[in-house]
Amino acid sequence: MHFKANVHAKLSDVVLQGNLKNAKGKFVTRRAEAIRDLDDFEGTRDAAAAIRNKVIDNMDLWLETFERKALDTGAKVLWAKDGVEVCRLVIEIAKRHGVTKVTKSKSMLSEEAGLNHALEAAGIQPVETDLGEYILQVDNNEPPSHIIAPAVHKSLDEVADLFHKVHGTPRKTDIPALTREAREVLRAHFLSAEMGLSGGNFLVAETGSVALVTNEGNGRMVTTMPKVHVVITGIEKVIPTLEDLSTLMRLLPRSATGQSISNYFSILTGVKKPEEHDGPEHLYFVLVDSGRADVVGSDFHAMLRCIRCGACMNHCPVYQTIGGHAYGWVYPGPMGSVLTPLYAGLENSIDLPHAATLCNQCGIVCPVKIPLPDLLRKLREKQTEHGLRPLTERIGLRLWAWVAQHPKLYALGARVGARYLKWLAGDTDRIRLLPTAPEWTLGRDFPAPQGKTFRELYAARRSATPRT
Amino acid sequence: MSSRDDILGRVRASLHRNAGNAAAAREEIVAALGSRTQGPKPAIDADPHALLERFRLKSETQSSTVDIVAQESEVPAAVARYLAAMNLPKSAVAWASLAALDWGGAGLQVETRGARDADLVGITGCFCAVAETGTLMMCSSPDTPAAVSLLPETHIAIVRASRILPCMEDAWNLARQELGSLPRAVNFISGPSRTGDIEQTIVLGAHGPYRVHLVIVED
Ligand code: SF4
Repeated sequence: MHFKANVHAKLSDVVLQGNLKNAKGKFVTRRAEAIRDLDDFEGTRDAAAAIRNKVIDNMDLWLETFERKALDTGAKVLWAKDGVEVCRLVIEIAKRHGVTKVTKSKSMLSEEAGLNHALEAAGIQPVETDLGEYILQVDNNEPPSHIIAPAVHKSLDEVADLFHKVHGTPRKTDIPALTREAREVLRAHFLSAEMGLSGGNFLVAETGSVALVTNEGNGRMVTTMPKVHVVITGIEKVIPTLEDLSTLMRLLPRSATGQSISNYFSILTGVKKPEEHDGPEHLYFVLVDSGRADVVGSDFHAMLRCIRCGACMNHCPVYQTIGGHAYGWVYPGPMGSVLTPLYAGLENSIDLPHAATLCNQCGIVCPVKIPLPDLLRKLREKQTEHGLRPLTERIGLRLWAWVAQHPKLYALGARVGARYLKWLAGDTDRIRLLPTAPEWTLGRDFPAPQGKTFRELYAARRSATPRT
Repeated sequence: MSSRDDILGRVRASLHRNAGNAAAAREEIVAALGSRTQGPKPAIDADPHALLERFRLKSETQSSTVDIVAQESEVPAAVARYLAAMNLPKSAVAWASLAALDWGGAGLQVETRGARDADLVGITGCFCAVAETGTLMMCSSPDTPAAVSLLPETHIAIVRASRILPCMEDAWNLARQELGSLPRAVNFISGPSRTGDIEQTIVLGAHGPYRVHLVIVED
């Protein structure tokens, strides 16, 4: 994951920069309005965080409770340690039921596992049905750049070109017409797929149900029409009761898209009864670890509260500037900068904990009060503890620490440094190019110090004011 | 070792699980499932007229259209009126639970069965409705199949005013009281299906209905 290289490419991508600018205001204003409309937003946030903590603090027992309930309803519960096992289990289920086509409603876990590739390799056709995910799938399986709006980095023009090419229809730039075109293509898939695959926003322990939040209705389609429904979800998704579900639902759509409730909110429990007209005959839960079990009880356990609303990235100045792809894995933005090192390895994502200004916009908007900047800072500490930072940085910091412990030397260094910088600035108050750190002045000027150091000024002031 | 045992084993180790703290935690779980504590809820006037008014207002914000009739026998005529005004076909699929209404008398051909792709209009009732957000609660059963509110481009739902409740929490309590356990599918529906996936422009009619029309019966 070459974050820095990605960033350079994304910053100079004119189309992407335009699309990002176009998107950024909308999420923020819609959320702000929706929050204002809720009577006790802060109280609801506290309650939501408490609900999530309650389960994380006893996750083993809550998982067992959910599992027992789900089995009672006629569902099957499977467990996967990692993405490889997710793929193996899903393909086994598909083979058992003679499945040739799978319609998919958005599942981040299936992205984590690279499930589409595995299905294709096994001769099973995966069809993404969320409009954004569909756009990406037909565009050479491009990865999503946002967890709620996967194709937010694409412009209308790009979608128009793509549909014209892929569907062989006349090019159109009318958004409703493009949407109808996708609807018609996908409707045929919904009706012919033998298996539907979804993520799960929550698992309800009280009833053994999965709760799904969607607007397009594709989540309902994939869980209503095919004879097999597979839910792939992380082990951290369990919540206790339906009442808790209602509390969390007051926050999730508001934080994600600024809606007071999503168009569809489905709570699915067990399988179709023989006399019923629709619904799956087989329901499987695949509960996935992929690094989550090791986060339980660690310094980062608060991250498991995440309800994947995307508010943190919508409000992040770094995300808004570089887009989601630069983060290099499934989860972008501040939540991704925490999750990727935890799930994919601290050593594989050396720059991500630093891809933040620590301005705490993310922490302020997070509906379950995850202290994202604190977690990023802790990850930086871990990198240092494990000697994962680059050699030059480590030597530099050690040198600085040594100088800082020698006041005389420090004072001398500061004096020389300040004079040098002032000389560099010439008769202006800014430095256009720092010879020692040219990257720093690439996009901005460095303010020149005003002659004297703090210590010099302080000493002068002390001798000028008589002591009492 | 199975993956289940491996995963749960690691979670247990992280939580320093032992017999003592397990017993205490189990009690907490039983208590949480028994008490069903509610979180903060918005203040909603529970007076029937206020509930109806809020439900109507919120439904319209969700892009549903609303008609109000005085009694159930007026429903077929109201539905026929809407279909004519919108220039929509006069044939529809409906829940079996609505078979007793005189659809033919209003000039409509209504079949009560599961929905098919070709159906253009779907007529349903609802289990109850939630005034907080302008939401219908649908509970699936042989007589109330889920696809009728999903496959057709137009969804018409009949809502009895006495079944409009303040919050989702009230809907759960009613379901527990009347149904005992949850049906296979509970669908909360708030307006027509939509997407904002192309340039954040909201478009009505993604994979589900393009329009949702509510006929509220003041009973
Ligand atoms: S970290 Fe918080 S704000 Fe970000 S996606 Fe998760 S819940 Fe939403």
